[in-house]
Amino acid sequence: MNSKILEVEKLRKFFITSRGTVRAVDEVSFSVEEGETLGLVGESGSGKSTVAYTVVGLHSPTSGQIRFKGEDISRPVSKRPKALKQSIQIVFQDPGTSLNSRRTIQQILELPLKVHHLGNSRDRKERVVELLERVELPPDYMYKSPNMLGGGERQMVAIARALATNPKLVILDEPTSALDVSIQAKIINMLLRFQEEMKLSYLFITHDLSLMRNVSTRVAIMYLGKICEVAPTMKFFSNPFHPYTKMLLSSIPVVLPEEEAVKPAKITSEGEIPSPVNVPPGCGFHTRCREVNGICSQKIPEMMEVEPGHFVWCHLFPVVTTPTNLEKGVSV
Amino acid sequence: MNYSRNTLLKRRAEGFKKGWYKFSRNPVSVLGLFFVLTVSFLAIFAPYVSPYPTHASRFVNFAEAGQPPSLKHLFGTDVFGRDILSRVFFGFRYSLMMGVVVLSLVVIPGVVLGLVAGYYRGTWIDTVIMRTTDIFLAVPPLILALAICSVLTPSVFNAMMAVSLMWWPWYTRLVYGLSSSLRTEFFVQAAEVTGASRSHILFREILPNCVSSIFTKMSLDMGWVILIGSALSFVGLGAQPPIPDLGTMVADGAKYLPDQWWITIFPAFAIMITVLGFNLIGDGFRDLFALEEV
Repeated sequence: MNSKILEVEKLRKFFITSRGTVRAVDEVSFSVEEGETLGLVGESGSGKSTVAYTVVGLHSPTSGQIRFKGEDISRPVSKRPKALKQSIQIVFQDPGTSLNSRRTIQQILELPLKVHHLGNSRDRKERVVELLERVELPPDYMYKSPNMLGGGERQMVAIARALATNPKLVILDEPTSALDVSIQAKIINMLLRFQEEMKLSYLFITHDLSLMRNVSTRVAIMYLGKICEVAPTMKFFSNPFHPYTKMLLSSIPVVLPEEEAVKPAKITSEGEIPSPVNVPPGCGFHTRCREVNGICSQKIPEMMEVEPGHFVWCHLFPVVTTPTNLEKGVSV
Repeated sequence: MNYSRNTLLKRRAEGFKKGWYKFSRNPVSVLGLFFVLTVSFLAIFAPYVSPYPTHASRFVNFAEAGQPPSLKHLFGTDVFGRDILSRVFFGFRYSLMMGVVVLSLVVIPGVVLGLVAGYYRGTWIDTVIMRTTDIFLAVPPLILALAICSVLTPSVFNAMMAVSLMWWPWYTRLVYGLSSSLRTEFFVQAAEVTGASRSHILFREILPNCVSSIFTKMSLDMGWVILIGSALSFVGLGAQPPIPDLGTMVADGAKYLPDQWWITIFPAFAIMITVLGFNLIGDGFRDLFALEEV
């Protein structure tokens, strides 16, 4: 434990469009420890999916570095070594379009095995059956086409495909947000079980904070292409520092009175997330922040380690403990 | 496992049956299919089904020249005394050959270029391929074919080449649109993350999702290509006499209108039936695949 499987340093991804430069991800740094789940949370448009796509290489980074087990992989997937593609996999948000409806489940699950020359055709078929069993689908599903399956079943197939090559790091891009609540729980439990069995590390991207509480080891929160706060899950929920985190946590709907008790006082969220084409100067959150002061619109804050393992990107938290950077301090 | 494989085959057969059922619900496209099957049958078996097979080539019998339709010559005879019904049957051969040859020459390069250009959208590959197709598409097809045919010696072969040369950009354009939107689909991205090869992504992931559109366009285009082939023959730039091409026959008979109307009307009608048949089938396919997508 405690060795970093993925390190992202000052990652930037800008898109040039006709309306201007979209600063989707702007100087984002974080790391994922071996065997942990880092939850990356944010509103839509905060750049969390862009982070995911850049890590797997579907986008090439504008600047910054991505390291996998210390090896620099900051380039598009087509320029990465083949063996690396075996170790990093992704599960997409929408199981409806992540499986090619013109191919059978067998063909879909066999593809990663074929690409990486894992076994002959009989071995591969056995592996397909094994993978289907792992995600609790009957083996004869291999002859089915994805559009004969339900949403949850498709997502299971997508997960099975991601696991086919025994990866080390799996990026989960909102894997349950398109599914029914009943299936969500099943999939989450399955993912947690696989993590234990296969020693997987997850970068779990979601906008669902209550899900994060149950799933992740640490939580990072994104706003307008920046990470605002990184903390171990317990700390994140019990003692949030960043005004944005406080606002989000107070907006989680709760049912039980016990939950209500731990919830911070309601802070009404004002306004919408600004366009990443037109990022406000200084701290991007100052347009919606309740605790805004003069400096916020002037100067970009620095990431501060407020308590061990708890980082905040906010002017309200100047040097509380020793200022540090991510490479030095992250530990759970 | 074998059992399941059988169920897979059975399900394919069921899918085919279901497709046919949907197709057959539309009486107009079934009519189109009937036209096309009839024309194909007559074309293939022309030497056996036509009453005077020798009339299809060099043959002169002035004793029976210019006869109106009768029991002996159902469609009448032309100025050389040749049986028009027999010549129409043989004419179907050239029309269908025109369509089949042109499309088989055109579809593969057109589709491959479209797939590649769409996949590399925004790069120089896209620019080179798509601007080239734009140049071809900017010239009216019939004019380009006329120009090419009039430079080269008029023959069936040259007509086919000319039409092929101007037809591939339509497939490139069609597949480009599909490919450039499909490449951003998650299933393509998943294959990329896994490390699948370019050819796998283009031909196994993207292409199968374009097939229904290509198929529909092909059946609609059969009609168009036949029509253009006939038009080229009509102006004397396609098949040369005594080849019994339907376009040539219409042109030959035009001089004798309206007195000897049968020389023109029957071949013209034959062209119409063929083109209409393919178009109706194409419409049927379009509806069928549109339903399938839902």
